[in-house]
Amino acid sequence: MSLPIAPKPAHRRFHQARWDEPVIFELSTPGERGVLVTRVEPGVRDAVGDVVAALPEGLARSTPPALPEMAQMRVLKHYLRLSQENLGADLNVDVGQGTCTMKYAPKVNEQLIATPKLSAMHPLQDDADAQGVLEIIWRTERMLAEVSGMDEVSLHTQGGSAAIWANIAMIRAFHEANDEGDQRREVITTIFSHPSNAAAAKAAGYDVITLHPDADGYPDLEALKRALSPRTAAIMVTNPEDTGIYNPAIKEWVDAAHGVGALASYDQANANGILGITRARDAGFDVCHFNVHKTFGTPHGSGGPGTGANAVSAALAPFLPGPRVVRDGVRYDVVEAGPQSIGAIGPFHGVVPNIVRAYAWIMALGADGLRAVAETAVLNNNYLMKRILEIPGASAPYATGRRRIEQVRYSWQELFEETGISSEEIGIRASDFGMHYWTSHHPYVVPQPFTLEPTESYSKSELDEYADVLAEVAREARETPEVVRTAPHNQTVHHTHHDDLDDPERWAVTWRAYRRKYPDAVGA
Amino acid sequence: MIGLVVNPVAGVGGPAGLAGSDGEEVQRRAGERGAHPRAGERAAAALSVLAAARPEELVVTVAGPMGEDAVRDAGLRPVVVWHPPAATTATDTTDAARALVDAGADLLLFAGGDGTARDVASGLPEGVAALGIPAGVKMYSPVFAVGPRAAGSLAAAWRGEGSLPVVDREVLDVDESQLRRARVEPRLYGTLRVPYRAGRTQARKAATPADERAAVRLAARGAAARLRPGIRYLLGPGGTMAELARELGVPKTPLGVDVVLDGRVVAAAASERDLLEQVAQGPSQAVVSIIGGQGFLLGRGNQQLSARVIDALGDEPVMVVAPEQKLIDLGGRPLLVDTGDPVVDTRLAGFARVVTGPGTTSIYPVHAPENEGALHAT
Repeated sequence: MSLPIAPKPAHRRFHQARWDEPVIFELSTPGERGVLVTRVEPGVRDAVGDVVAALPEGLARSTPPALPEMAQMRVLKHYLRLSQENLGADLNVDVGQGTCTMKYAPKVNEQLIATPKLSAMHPLQDDADAQGVLEIIWRTERMLAEVSGMDEVSLHTQGGSAAIWANIAMIRAFHEANDEGDQRREVITTIFSHPSNAAAAKAAGYDVITLHPDADGYPDLEALKRALSPRTAAIMVTNPEDTGIYNPAIKEWVDAAHGVGALASYDQANANGILGITRARDAGFDVCHFNVHKTFGTPHGSGGPGTGANAVSAALAPFLPGPRVVRDGVRYDVVEAGPQSIGAIGPFHGVVPNIVRAYAWIMALGADGLRAVAETAVLNNNYLMKRILEIPGASAPYATGRRRIEQVRYSWQELFEETGISSEEIGIRASDFGMHYWTSHHPYVVPQPFTLEPTESYSKSELDEYADVLAEVAREARETPEVVRTAPHNQTVHHTHHDDLDDPERWAVTWRAYRRKYPDAVGA
Repeated sequence: MIGLVVNPVAGVGGPAGLAGSDGEEVQRRAGERGAHPRAGERAAAALSVLAAARPEELVVTVAGPMGEDAVRDAGLRPVVVWHPPAATTATDTTDAARALVDAGADLLLFAGGDGTARDVASGLPEGVAALGIPAGVKMYSPVFAVGPRAAGSLAAAWRGEGSLPVVDREVLDVDESQLRRARVEPRLYGTLRVPYRAGRTQARKAATPADERAAVRLAARGAAARLRPGIRYLLGPGGTMAELARELGVPKTPLGVDVVLDGRVVAAAASERDLLEQVAQGPSQAVVSIIGGQGFLLGRGNQQLSARVIDALGDEPVMVVAPEQKLIDLGGRPLLVDTGDPVVDTRLAGFARVVTGPGTTSIYPVHAPENEGALHAT
């Protein structure tokens, strides 16, 4: 006989811990000690000498640093309290992170990177002492070459915009090497592609042409043909785009670009839904990148650190960023980038802990597992889409009625028109139920947007709970809108206003900018 | 302080199928068909949002159905500072707007349609913000909130959060007697400063200009960089063209077409005939922006740039300049050309390259609705 179990509530109660917690400097007690640092053994001291005396005079402090003086336990309590005052990554359902894939990073992988064999390494250490790590980098590159179908891979960049920058820098170097640098001055992208593609091309000195979708919401092949010319250096597109729409004519796009001598660059920021199913090479792309830290396991939290994999055809291989790891059959060596390389984008070998996480993740899953990840992510996404579209006031503009890949950019426009409650207000209220719902939906092509990407990590019951919370908040928007408008109610921090930060007339992101903007305030 | 003026007859013609409410005759016929004004209800719906957030808020307004009633219905306290004469006319809205500002309103809510927006625009001193509560039959002007409650939500934010960013938006209106004969001919009557919520929808992740004025400035700068010596540029009306003129350091008539050659104005507020004369003197190109919300490039508000003028221009007769957001706000609808000459319209249809900033353009579809036999969508 089974025990009677109460049915799970549609959405659970959540209340953030609230501590009257001072800043850590205010907790300082003079003379209180944290850890006692071990004394250097006499033998070591005799051999090394006085290392402090060896420092150049200009590097030495004249006064001790004003660090708080606290016992270790008080430090631990302080940070645990702070961690309770937010929606931690291991606490909430964060399918609403927007265009930033959040997935579960197996805890065993965290143990791997915490081992001193990795954490105590130095990037300038002799290659002979780092053979294991160099092998992991080399093997991860080979695996990602297989996943993308491309010939060569570099794990040197840090993903996201750094990887996209490497893509356009290689394209520029390629055209310059072929004496077409002056002729090819334009880069074509689509409005739904990640805006970093347009931004990187612009930063590389190109004129940027943006294409808008066709009447059905799909990337417009006719518009592309209109834009292509002998001036085109490259097309730079995301697929699936940030709306979750997959360009079914992607091969025709690449062929059309090649037809005018341009290269094709594939932003695979949303690769979660295509692993083992489609490959960049099979569509004819010349260069692509993965966000290793998203697609291959590391949670992307609070801005990094990221890791990129830039994968290229043999023709572009000489331009890959470096240094690179090479194998001579037995031994692994780090070699400086070649004469045609675009050089270093970040320091050393990229973010090695992320590479190790990705390596472990891929090895644990195997080829069939990667495909299962993609299939589960797509299924989860389309199940969640069905649940969301049942909520009155929610819609999924563009390609209406069609399925999506691994994410969907939805709209609350109908609910907003009816109630005056905005997407951001809904998101803040959703946090009262312990749900993460962010506001990054660039470009703002969809009004009152919200972007959900469940990945393969979440169970059906969690997706149901997330959909139930949004349905509940939408109901509140109609029946008790003040509850939504004045949210959050169960949190430590009330909602913030971005307007000052968004207004170029008022913002000043650096001290230099502040002085330029407000010369009277500081004396120019 | 928030001010409210309601056009009590706005929207009366809509349910009666009369395509607008202008004129006593139409209002009388609408009444006969059982229509009743709805602007007051919609104004009250907007203010109820403000009332819920700020129950003690005072609203300066006009006596009776022009505002006071709606303020009371929303549960707020009206401060009546103006009494309309017995028979109300359009100039009452203009006079009322001015009176409310004199009484201290820094955000003027008005309930009505395009005609009401026109009347408000002509009464409003420089610098005062205004926002439309949609209650008319036709609202071509992008100065209205998407719905009454959204308007109330913005008003609550205006009072609760201190100043919100404001942007210049066009006030357009169509001649209803023409509209009733299925011709849409919106004209540009000026601009209003409309509050918007940057922080409500934008986050800081991409290089999108957060501020709409900055986006217009970038588009204008992109266009300025493309101008060549020895070519006459026929600058159309609107805010983006005004910004382009500012970039070039030349004066601009807000609603006219001005011809600029090598950094100086050679014809201001030019007529079709003036433009033909100018074009005959050397290579020329028209420079136009997009009418917000509608997508018209030619044939609305710039009829001086006629089919004959366009026909006289070169291989690339028109340079289109607009911030990317204006394209996005069309929600996938095409740009429209309607010069009245099917041959010229067909030549312009297809795709336009829209200058969105220095070194940035967008490719966007252009349709000639008349040629397709479709009535212009609103």
